[in-house]
Amino acid sequence: MVKLSFSIGDLQFKNPVITASGTFGYGSEFDDFLDVSRLGGIVVKGTTLEPREGHPYPRMAETASGMLNAVGLQNKGIDYFEKNIYPHLSKYNTNVIVNINGSCIDDYVALAERINKLDKIPAIELNISCPNVKMGGMVFGTNPVSAREVTKAVRRVCLKKLIVKLSPNVTNIVDFARIAEEEGADSISLINTLLGMSVNVRSMKPSLSTITGGLSGPAIKPVALRMVWQVANAVKIPVIGIGGIMNADDAIEFILAGASAIQVGTASFIDPLASVKILEGIESYLVAKGFSDIWEIIGLINRPK
Amino acid sequence: MTKRIESLKVIDNKPLKKDFFIIELESSEKLPEMKPGQFVQARVDRSKETFLRRPLSLHDVDYINNRFKILVQVVGKGTESLSRLKTDDLLNLIYPLGNSFSIPEKGARTLLIGGGCGIAPLLYLGRYLKSHSIIPDILLGFRNSDRILEYRDYEDVGNVFLTTEDGSAGEKGFVTDHSLLGKARYDMVYCCGPEMMMKAIAGWCKKSNTDCEVSLENLMGCGIGACLCCVVNTVKGNVCTCIDGPVFNIKELIW
Repeated sequence: MVKLSFSIGDLQFKNPVITASGTFGYGSEFDDFLDVSRLGGIVVKGTTLEPREGHPYPRMAETASGMLNAVGLQNKGIDYFEKNIYPHLSKYNTNVIVNINGSCIDDYVALAERINKLDKIPAIELNISCPNVKMGGMVFGTNPVSAREVTKAVRRVCLKKLIVKLSPNVTNIVDFARIAEEEGADSISLINTLLGMSVNVRSMKPSLSTITGGLSGPAIKPVALRMVWQVANAVKIPVIGIGGIMNADDAIEFILAGASAIQVGTASFIDPLASVKILEGIESYLVAKGFSDIWEIIGLINRPK
Repeated sequence: MTKRIESLKVIDNKPLKKDFFIIELESSEKLPEMKPGQFVQARVDRSKETFLRRPLSLHDVDYINNRFKILVQVVGKGTESLSRLKTDDLLNLIYPLGNSFSIPEKGARTLLIGGGCGIAPLLYLGRYLKSHSIIPDILLGFRNSDRILEYRDYEDVGNVFLTTEDGSAGEKGFVTDHSLLGKARYDMVYCCGPEMMMKAIAGWCKKSNTDCEVSLENLMGCGIGACLCCVVNTVKGNVCTCIDGPVFNIKELIW
């Protein structure tokens, strides 16, 4: 038996494979295909205080080795979540994490306070990095002052483990990781999507209704990996690697670079079984390499020879 | 209804006129229940340019042999790659997906309208209706006689009428110009084709107070309601075409 578990503070995860927000619905979308309880955790769809309709269609464009999306955080709001979705989540024997989003700091604080009351949610992922929703033309996570303010304000009220999800659309992501750690984050997840765009040459129009959107998939993996490596070397709290992970080898790259866990995102669209296949692949890799605990390979490339 | 992921064997890939082709697939297991209007998500290949699966509607189902067909038009790199599949190749699908056409009451006067590749789901719908003792009129529209797809199968399930834009076969014009719409009265219209065509038919149905369902063809990411990319604006707000559709009653749509 290989030990795969990791923890954020005193919160145990049975394994390092977590599904990324906005790519796994609320888990039930995948019930026909896999046993969600096998996963280390699931991060459910980005949730806001009020319901959001999201952006108009078209919201998605296929690109080389990836896709752009401009969903715009469509969700039914925290009231609906609490009443209609939360009760069903308790059937999963895994860590269910809620990704929270706001237009202002008060929204984030109010959401964190609401989640405090939900016993079965052990952690929140603070999404300060969605490229598709802007307030006053600015994303919280791309300005160091607002990133600090929102993290500080949420930390003050949040009784759950606090994971801060970083945007890659910044000059130096390490600055933002340090800010999150200084303000009391328990963990950092990165990266959210990279801002990009696509033009349809046949219709001679932008492919997305919003013109720009978030790029995900294998196209962003080298960028994500570089950022995860930088951040893992700069902070002491656990880092969760995200970005174009399609298979176990991709996941192991992130772990060797310093990620304690990983999130599987876009891969679940192409293969709904991707997350469990990655989990099985990590385990066989460790066995084949003769390791008994995943801890032995976390950040292995960063250790002195 | 349980969805499954499966690599199915290609029994046949038959080229039709122009860019159209029909792939017949066989499952090694008993087929799940599949309803007319439902679709599959086909994994194209592992090339970097066709990253996502392609949604394709069920054209015909043969439960006895655990086979079904999909009718496809080459519109881009993904469908082009599918057109090159050969007998005994494997095609990985997630299926069956989406809702289905409703089944009208016995004796309902029913019209199926398809344009171009949009005729694909209407054959299986026609068979389904026939098994419920409903023989529909079937109006098929094509650009010209070069693009008329094999419709003998449709004649097995209903009364077929044709239009071509240039008048090279059937009546000249669009499906909305066909004399059938002026003469006959229907209780239920099912329509699939280009959005402009479906909107025109929806307009005609509203005017003539006829119930109508359309099958939408929005771009999809996952096909299982996880990515929220394929939304359509309805009276209930944005909903996913892949799970709340692809079939919608026109009363639900903001058209």
